[in-house]
Amino acid sequence: MTVAPKREAYDVVVIGAGPAGLAAAATSAEAGLSTLLLDENIGPGGQVFRAISSTPVTDRNQLGADYWVGADLVQSLRASRAEIIHRATVWSLDRNLEIAVSIGGASAFLKAQRVILATGALERPFPIPGWTLPGVMTAGAAQTMLKSSALVPDGRTVIAGQGPLLWLLAAQILRLGGRIDRILDTTERGNYFAALPHAFAFLTSPYFTKGLSMMREVKAKVQVVSGVTELSASGDGQLANVSYVAGGKRETIPADLLLLHQGVVPNVNLAMAAGIEHRWDDLQLCWSPVLDASGNSSVAGIAIAGDGAGIGGANAAVVRGRIAARAAVEALAPAVATKLAPMATLRADLAKAERGRVFLDTLFRPAPQFRIPTGDTIVCRCEEVTAKDVLDAVAIGATGPNQLKAYRRTGMGPCQGRLCGLTVTELMAQARGKTAQEIGYYRLRAPVKPITLAELAAVPKSEADVKAVVRG
Amino acid sequence: MFRRSEQDKRPQVQIFVDGTAVAARQGDTVSAALLASGCDARRSTAVSGAPRLPYCMMGVCFDCLVTIDGVGNRQGCLVPVAEGMQIEIQKGKREIGK
Amino acid sequence: MSQNVDAIVVGGGIHGCSTALHLCLAGMKPVLIEKDYAGRHASGVNAGGVRQLARHVPEIPLSIRSMGIWEKITDLLDDDCSFESYGQVLVAENEEELAVCRARVAELNALGFTHEELIDATELRRLVPAVAETCPGGVVSRRDGAANPAQTTTAFRRKAEQLGATVREGVAAGNIRQSGGLWHVDVGTETFAAPVLVNAAGAWAGNIAAALGEPVPVETVAPMLMITSRVPHFIDPVVILRGRKLSFKQFSNGTVLIGGGHLATPYQDRNETVLDWKSLAISARTVFELFPVMRSATIVRAWAGIEAKMKDDIPVFGPSSRHKGLYHQFGFSLHGFQLGPGAGAVMAELIVNGGTQTRVGDLGIDRFHPSTL
Repeated sequence: MTVAPKREAYDVVVIGAGPAGLAAAATSAEAGLSTLLLDENIGPGGQVFRAISSTPVTDRNQLGADYWVGADLVQSLRASRAEIIHRATVWSLDRNLEIAVSIGGASAFLKAQRVILATGALERPFPIPGWTLPGVMTAGAAQTMLKSSALVPDGRTVIAGQGPLLWLLAAQILRLGGRIDRILDTTERGNYFAALPHAFAFLTSPYFTKGLSMMREVKAKVQVVSGVTELSASGDGQLANVSYVAGGKRETIPADLLLLHQGVVPNVNLAMAAGIEHRWDDLQLCWSPVLDASGNSSVAGIAIAGDGAGIGGANAAVVRGRIAARAAVEALAPAVATKLAPMATLRADLAKAERGRVFLDTLFRPAPQFRIPTGDTIVCRCEEVTAKDVLDAVAIGATGPNQLKAYRRTGMGPCQGRLCGLTVTELMAQARGKTAQEIGYYRLRAPVKPITLAELAAVPKSEADVKAVVRG
Repeated sequence: MFRRSEQDKRPQVQIFVDGTAVAARQGDTVSAALLASGCDARRSTAVSGAPRLPYCMMGVCFDCLVTIDGVGNRQGCLVPVAEGMQIEIQKGKREIGK
Repeated sequence: MSQNVDAIVVGGGIHGCSTALHLCLAGMKPVLIEKDYAGRHASGVNAGGVRQLARHVPEIPLSIRSMGIWEKITDLLDDDCSFESYGQVLVAENEEELAVCRARVAELNALGFTHEELIDATELRRLVPAVAETCPGGVVSRRDGAANPAQTTTAFRRKAEQLGATVREGVAAGNIRQSGGLWHVDVGTETFAAPVLVNAAGAWAGNIAAALGEPVPVETVAPMLMITSRVPHFIDPVVILRGRKLSFKQFSNGTVLIGGGHLATPYQDRNETVLDWKSLAISARTVFELFPVMRSATIVRAWAGIEAKMKDDIPVFGPSSRHKGLYHQFGFSLHGFQLGPGAGAVMAELIVNGGTQTRVGDLGIDRFHPSTL
């Protein structure tokens, strides 16, 4: 069953129902602003609180207390007067704050006075040889299936990469009785020293003790290989083997499932398509939007909250959502804003939530060989373009990601660069001796998710027709 | 590759994959149901025909593209299963106008 | 300190790049100045139609000249530009439109042009099997086709550079002035001087012409295009409509490009456009009706390129009416891509020989400013 938006214009439209979006929409609606929350998924929660209202994993210890925090956020939102539509794919947002959204195969156009983008993060591309083989997935994919369908790995399973999510996933799989044969830790040894100066902040952050106990829990049950410097997957039409080098020694193990993870990066597609300025973040090695302290972007009226604003984790995302919503309330209904939590309090909350982030970013900064592939390794999964193809195009004059499209169609497939954009930027930067900022990124355009021609053809013809449909 | 945890008490939903009945659970996405079913759900790409399975399960990679109830190129990881749903595994470029 | 070159070409679209290349072929050393990168705007992001079909009569000779170059484009550029020649078909959706087509072909024949050919419903169906059955016929230009615009513009730039052109990308041409019989142009920290200046700056060319005392009725527009995901091959020629705005082309990789001239809002200063989805929906509806097979195709991207449109829809091409050594090559009004190769060749002839065999007299800026030279 699908429901079209009740109105054609809202004070605030929030896009994405993860931690930031849930918090932002609740704050905005509680303040009396007409608020619409649009979310692409079946239910609320985003990735971190995926399936929070529907998960079949009922033993609360298995997913952990940090997960169930999401239930309170959903409850606050539902108690507010915000309108919530799931399975709603926003496919266009422009600088006039006009939104096109596809719901149940039909598109509607909306106008907002303020838009809060809470489109979150996606897992950083992990372009190793064989990463397109069936049987190779992201760790996040496995976690999604675990949370929403209580599915756990069954065959010979290898988890490779680094970062907090990797250990959380491993712990969750084990708690649900799933199988993990080996964990390959790709954290660079040098990162431990680089991160040391930031360790104090991390030691006092809530992540520290939890992280440590989780790693202990996993290491008690699974063989963990650290210092992995090379990694590849192979098989004929299906994953058969995982090969790696650790401590200078190569080993190949049979596997049915390889789960990859090396951190998350902002999901920039909708923000960039709206014309929002982004800058390269040298620490997090990704594009982050240029924002003020309230999350306002370079496009008037559009704020970004959550990991889409730069990776900060779930706790920070919630606070950023509240900050962005409070800023919207200050702009649209200043009298009401005084009843909300003061901005100073929220900013203090944010500082607390972000404590230890630099340590994590430094420790889990992925190694160059796992970000910048060589030879026949596929860079662009959609158009099946290899690293060599990209370098060949650079050699005959492709200077940046957009020029590269003319040579190799990278980024022109349905994923619109989500799985190759960072790789292409860093690969071209390295090849041309430039910074990632100088090389730039794909110019992204709507529709940020494909729509059928029939759906676009059915878009109402005139303003009057628009109203008739939106109200109908 | 994946199996269901015993605690999963959700009601069953029957879907059809290339005409064959497959048991899914209420709340599964099409992609999750396919991966849990044990059937060969590999699509082949429109570019080279290479085999693929879902990679990200969160709507960004488009490797879960599948034909659902006659509509092609749907992201299977974003669509919940429904009783009687007809799934077709896509091979190569998707036929249009069928 | 100025660097002396033989010619300064402002604008790295297909026109500027083609002119730079042809100047090199004629033995000159030009500098090509592009404020972004070659093919950043309309030249790199247009529909790629290589079309003699349905052109304004004054530009037909240039178009025919260009077609000859397109057919040997690999010889010229060492790059096939993904050019393919399956003809372009203008579809009449009813008898009234077919009557207009008939009159048009008769007019061209009377002028001695034979590239457009009237076709009936049977031939239309043979050429475009997927077209709606209600269409009674149309016009075909059989030598026409399509190319990859970004690949083509890039190939022209690359070849020009190989043949000795100096290319400056990412810096705008500034402080354009004439002194001592030479044109001087600042490019970042550099200054170039040459007896010849070619204004091929696309949407930015009107400002240059106006600053040099030759304002023309030109506006900046941004025609929108959208493209589908790959679908099985079902159509060869490029299809355009007689009565409605539509151009339609399937590439060899299976993607289908839908265009036709609906406009986005250009923000020229920011190199940005805002798409108008209500207008794109009109294009979608037209395709929906004309090619029922396309209804379930998915649209993966839409965009618009910024370019110059003349009030009379005819480009400004040829020598200045005021200044010696200044040449204009802009205002191609949504149909300049096919003209690029020929226009560069003819422009080089105008510059090097002082004249050309190709009839381009009707395209001059003197239609707005009687010559004072």
